Order: sequence, then structure tokens, then C-alpha cells
Amino acid sequence: MLSKRIIPCLDVRNGRTTKGIRFKDNIDIGDPVEMARYYYEQGADEIVFYDITASHERRGIMIDVVRRVAETIFIPFSVGGGIQRVDDMREVLLAGAEKVSVNSAAVRNPEIIAQGAEAFGSQCIVLGMDVKHVGPAERIPSGYEVVIDGGRTYMGMDALEWALRAERLGAGEICLNSIDADGTQDGYELKLTALISERVAIPVIASGGAGRPEHLRDVLTVGQADAALIASMVHYGTYPIPEIKAYLKRCGIPVRMTW
Amino acid sequence: MIAIIDYNAGNLTSVARAVAHLGFSGRITREAQDIRRSERIIFPGVGAAGAAMESLRASGLDAVLQEQFAAGKPILGICLGTQVIMGHSEENDTACLGIVPGRVRGFPPHLTDPSGQRLKIPHMGWNRIHIQRHHPLLAGLSLHDEFYFVHSYYPVPEDPSCVLASSDYGIGFASLLGYRNLVATQFHLEKSGRPGLRMLQNFCDWEPLG
Repeated sequence: MLSKRIIPCLDVRNGRTTKGIRFKDNIDIGDPVEMARYYYEQGADEIVFYDITASHERRGIMIDVVRRVAETIFIPFSVGGGIQRVDDMREVLLAGAEKVSVNSAAVRNPEIIAQGAEAFGSQCIVLGMDVKHVGPAERIPSGYEVVIDGGRTYMGMDALEWALRAERLGAGEICLNSIDADGTQDGYELKLTALISERVAIPVIASGGAGRPEHLRDVLTVGQADAALIASMVHYGTYPIPEIKAYLKRCGIPVRMTW
Repeated sequence: MIAIIDYNAGNLTSVARAVAHLGFSGRITREAQDIRRSERIIFPGVGAAGAAMESLRASGLDAVLQEQFAAGKPILGICLGTQVIMGHSEENDTACLGIVPGRVRGFPPHLTDPSGQRLKIPHMGWNRIHIQRHHPLLAGLSLHDEFYFVHSYYPVPEDPSCVLASSDYGIGFASLLGYRNLVATQFHLEKSGRPGLRMLQNFCDWEPLG
């Protein structure tokens, strides 16, 4: 039986992990390679890197990080942030990432999904979606609207329709982030997650709002997510990954317990 | 030297990195000469069977692999490589290498798990393997170890004794094959953490009998 995946997410700026991360263990908390190694050893099922480097000129730094991560951990990892063209995807995949995620660029130019899937296979292409609850409207029948540019630009695009279209274009997976839940640590947006997960045939990674192991339990059952993204609750050391997994297992959720 | 066969079927760097991490010398190659000179062969691959076979035929690597198998060299198939070594694949209705007699089938649609939740295709993520037959490749592994899968098709060998381990995803399917001097994983052992690296190490140390 397939295990539900627990996926820590690291924000990287100019080659360093951001956010004030506190670890008791003796590791360089600013080094994404060291953090990837730490989570790999802790039993993460996959790792997501989000490149928030502001300037295009410094993109090479991220590629170097990807290369070093690939030499260090032997589980899948994906890289997102700033992916604009198929060439950007190629660079990240050749550096050793398993998957690449596109978000704003895919909304502006949906063909990038088809081009990426054609060039590298659907299993490499993750659609990142930032979604806000706006209530049902004529153009937004599901009541959930796609937002891009890090939550700044409303696109008048229905989240469910976009997810289904991206699937048809060849996306292999959807990483679904709720802007409303993100950063609250009050739990994932279960209604949104279930809405998308029920309708698409590709895996859905739930993102935004994880604060306690119960939140993962809920999104993996009620929300029907295939995987759960976590950030603060592990970065701050509040809940080590083995503890989260042991809890989920006790709840009857299939998780990978040996690594 | 371990030859890692390059036939335009996906990114081979993760396999090469895992081999290097274990301290073995691997070479990503499409040259028959390198492959013939190698001590063992890794035959990976991601993508579709049709395009993979086309590329193998166009480069003549199909015959090189068949010849090297017949010569008794240890071969490891991974994912698409594991499918292409079979006789025929349902994917693009493709005639394959025929090194292991049998077929490749697609997961049927509308699979559900025991709780009734719909199972998605591809089968993507971590799953267990149920050992059917002991083999040096399985040394040091535990019943609970899981491996990383990404696939929509799976091999069905004619001879069930080729199935070293099976996995469950709505149906049972062969996830690890052993046939003479060849072993083949449907999962990505290079992306399966410690158990995957252990299995890769076992392959690199394996001396097939006869």
C-alpha cells in the first residue's frame, strides 16, 4: 500500500535557507545542503526547495545548491521558484532534482506545462498553485481563485478549473497552497484540498497551515491529500519528523517508518 | 567500471551519483565498446516504452544488451529499463528486448484501496516490497523497508519464479525480478534512501553463479 508522503519545504535565498530556524542539533542551519541531509536522515519522504532569490544573476547559486543536494541525499526532491522557461527546468533537472515546479509562469503561459512534460515526462512536472477563498462568483464557480506573484496578483481564474486544465496539459502532480491557511499553523484548508484532490487523477500535495500532527492527519484523510508539505513545525524543532510519522501511523495512516 | 546505459530515456545523473556515493566507478555511456568492456551494466530509464525501444534500435544498443546478457554479465534494470527487458509492452504496443520472457501491463483504471479511496495513476511514492524468493540483492534489507516508485506499467514475467518481490497498489504486481545474471527493479533504488543504496551496493557486489 502506498505511503502518504511527508515533505519538508525549505525556502532558499541566495544559496542560504531563510526564516529563523532553530535546531538543537549541531548543524549549519543556514545551509540548505546540511538541512536537506538532516531531514533525509530524519525520514523525510521528499524535500521541496523554493528558490526566492530576487535577482536573475544569482540563479547559478541555486543550481550549485541543487547539485550539492543531489550528491548528499538519495530521495526525490523538487525545486521551484523563478522557473520561467523549459531551459530553466532542464538546468534544474540536470543538476539532479527529480522534479521541478512551475507556478506563476504556468498561469501566464500554460504551454510550459505541456512543453516540460513532453521534454522530461509528466512525473517531473509539478504545478504549484497559490489559492485564495473568494466565494463563488461567475468566473470563480468553485469559490477558490488562483493568485500569482507570491499572492499579489489575482488572475480571475478558478482554482479547480486550472487544476483540471494543468492535468490535461501534462502536470504530474499538484502542490496546492492555501494563501488563507499559509503561515497560520491552524491547519490546512481541508475543503479546498478535498475539492481538488477528488477531481484530479494526479497526486495532490497539500500546503499551508501545518502546525500540529493532527493537521496532517486531517488533510491526509478528510482532505484526501496524497502528501503533506510542512515547514515551521519541523524547522522550529517543535515536532521532529519521526514523531509526526509515529503519530500518523497510530491514526492508521500508511507512512514510511524505516529509512 | 559500471556502464550506465544512456539511450535518451531520462536523467541518468541520479543513478551515476548513487553509484559514485557507494565508491564504485560508473560511466554514463552509449558506446558499445564501453559497455562490452564494463564489469556490470545498469540499464535505467524514465519515459515511454515506444520511444525507448526506438532509440535502442536506432543506436544498435538493443543487440549489445542482448549479447551482454547472453555473455553472463551482471545487469540491473531500473523502472523503464525493467519494462523494456521484457518481451512486449502494452505501452504503445511495443515489441521489447525479450531478455526476460513476459509482458508489461498497465494498471487498470478505477483501482481503489481497501478503504475505497480511488488510487491515482501513476503509482507515485513509497511502497513496500513483499519478498517471494531470496536473492543476494536482498541482503541486509528488512520487511518494512520501502522504495520509491513512479510508474503506470509493470512487468509480468511468464515464469513466476522470476519474481523476487511483489508490491500492492490495488492489485499485486512484480516489483523486483531476478533472471539468471539479471536483476530488475520497478522502483527507483537510487532514490530510495538507505534501503535503495543497500540494494544498489548488493548489485555492485553480486557475482551471479554460472
